[in-house]
Amino acid sequence: MIAIDTIQETAERLMEKAAIEIPQDYLDGLRTMADTEDGDLSSFVLQAMLENYEAAKQDRRAMCGDTGCPRWYVKMGNEARIEGGPIALEAALRRATAKSTNDIPLRPNRVHPLWRTDHDNNVGIGAPEIEYGFEPDGEWIDLVTVHKGGLFGTDYRMLFPSDGIEGIKRFFLDSLVAFGKRGLACQPAIIGIGLGGSKDTCMVLGKRAACLRTVGSRNSDPRIAAMEDEFKELGNSIGMGAMGFVGKSMVVDCNIEVGYCHTGGMQMSVHAFCLSSRRAVARIHADGRVEYRTDPEWFTDYQRRETVEWTPPQSLSKSA
Amino acid sequence: MDTAPKPQQVRLSTTPSRADLEALKIGDIVYLDGLLYTAREGVYKKVCEEGSDLPLDLPAESAANFHCSPAATVNPDGSFNMGAVTATASFRFSKWIGPWIERSGARIIIGKGGMTSKDYREHFVPNGAIYLTTVGYGTGALLGRGIKQVKAVHWNKELGLAQAMWVIEAENMGPFIVDGDLAGNSLFERENARIAANLDKVYEGTRPAVLRRFGETDDRSDEVIG
Repeated sequence: MIAIDTIQETAERLMEKAAIEIPQDYLDGLRTMADTEDGDLSSFVLQAMLENYEAAKQDRRAMCGDTGCPRWYVKMGNEARIEGGPIALEAALRRATAKSTNDIPLRPNRVHPLWRTDHDNNVGIGAPEIEYGFEPDGEWIDLVTVHKGGLFGTDYRMLFPSDGIEGIKRFFLDSLVAFGKRGLACQPAIIGIGLGGSKDTCMVLGKRAACLRTVGSRNSDPRIAAMEDEFKELGNSIGMGAMGFVGKSMVVDCNIEVGYCHTGGMQMSVHAFCLSSRRAVARIHADGRVEYRTDPEWFTDYQRRETVEWTPPQSLSKSA
Repeated sequence: MDTAPKPQQVRLSTTPSRADLEALKIGDIVYLDGLLYTAREGVYKKVCEEGSDLPLDLPAESAANFHCSPAATVNPDGSFNMGAVTATASFRFSKWIGPWIERSGARIIIGKGGMTSKDYREHFVPNGAIYLTTVGYGTGALLGRGIKQVKAVHWNKELGLAQAMWVIEAENMGPFIVDGDLAGNSLFERENARIAANLDKVYEGTRPAVLRRFGETDDRSDEVIG
């Protein structure tokens, strides 16, 4: 049984780590880009960002003033048991979000869409989002917080099989060029692409590709992994760098996730996880041990499973 | 790649003289000293549309308007806790910026991503104002280090902490980059034009979507297929 106090304390610690500490994979990716960037202005921006990450860690202050919209991904081993059940879990995550917003502090970004009511704690209707995943074995739960920022850089389009890879490339470039100008996408970014599913799941896949996979990771399907390499290179060939200045630092990495879709369609979404890619992860074990990391390890073979434990009825004509 | 002369790095008062601003060119790096205040759509609506009185003496106390919502809280004893500060995208405030500059006497608008050179020519140049963009955009911790003191917060009860008017004392706060100078030039637009020259090549081998969307055509009688 996992104690609810442990969950809340861990969640508070994760909120702080996400806001302040740039994940190592993103930092390594950005350093590589800074080494090869030859646009003067874009280079200046990347150096300033590297200094900023250091300042944030030294001062224990948020790395960016727009601290994004805190959200939670909870993954549970099949044997995990939580004190008070899922209702207590959600209450603890909401408390941790509000308390950390006040304590760190974070910017109280969340408001009512119409009345603009701000509770000054990043909690409200549907906020923070809490999403779930499950794994076959284990008594642990993984808590992942992502504080995704940005009103710019995300788009969706219904494409069709006849659009093909050329259409996918066009929409990818359109999204980067449109939101990269003036640096509105806060690039270089981790670009997540969702392909397939339905409109809603396509958006979820793309967002998770951006936020729950690390720089340097590759899809387990080698043909999709090759597309990830190709799209990263394509994005960096636009001629646009940090802040939309001349340069080649647009895509720190490109992650693609897919889901089975309607036979007539090919849904596509594009998401940009910005220069302050805020994510933090902890595994809480049944005995109360807590292990912190930065890789959500969300997309396991189980999450990408495509088979069913079911045997189709045997056709008589087949055996005849 | 960039053949322009190396940008200069300067410290600038938030109550600058005309000569201070004339010396700045697009691409220059600026660090600010003095009082600045945050104001965005909440404050603009309140002042420019509802006619509320300004809660401080502008531009005598400060001529620097930051498009910003800080990561900040007000403590129970009335003191402030401000960590990181970062700008928000300025283009959305175009409809208020002319009336606001005239009302507030602002000479330095600080934000994310600049505004259009049209806005600069129509509202900034005639009033002797420049535009500074934050860098990154995420150097919130570096900018946070430049805050010497949070002096006051106005209208936080009615507008919420994010839209409130925060008055901040800055010391060597930066870096910022000059996007709009007194001649109405825009650094972003110069860079966009250079990048645009390469775009046809990048798009080679791609194809427009089979199903188009309104917005790609404004002809509402168009079927948007094929």
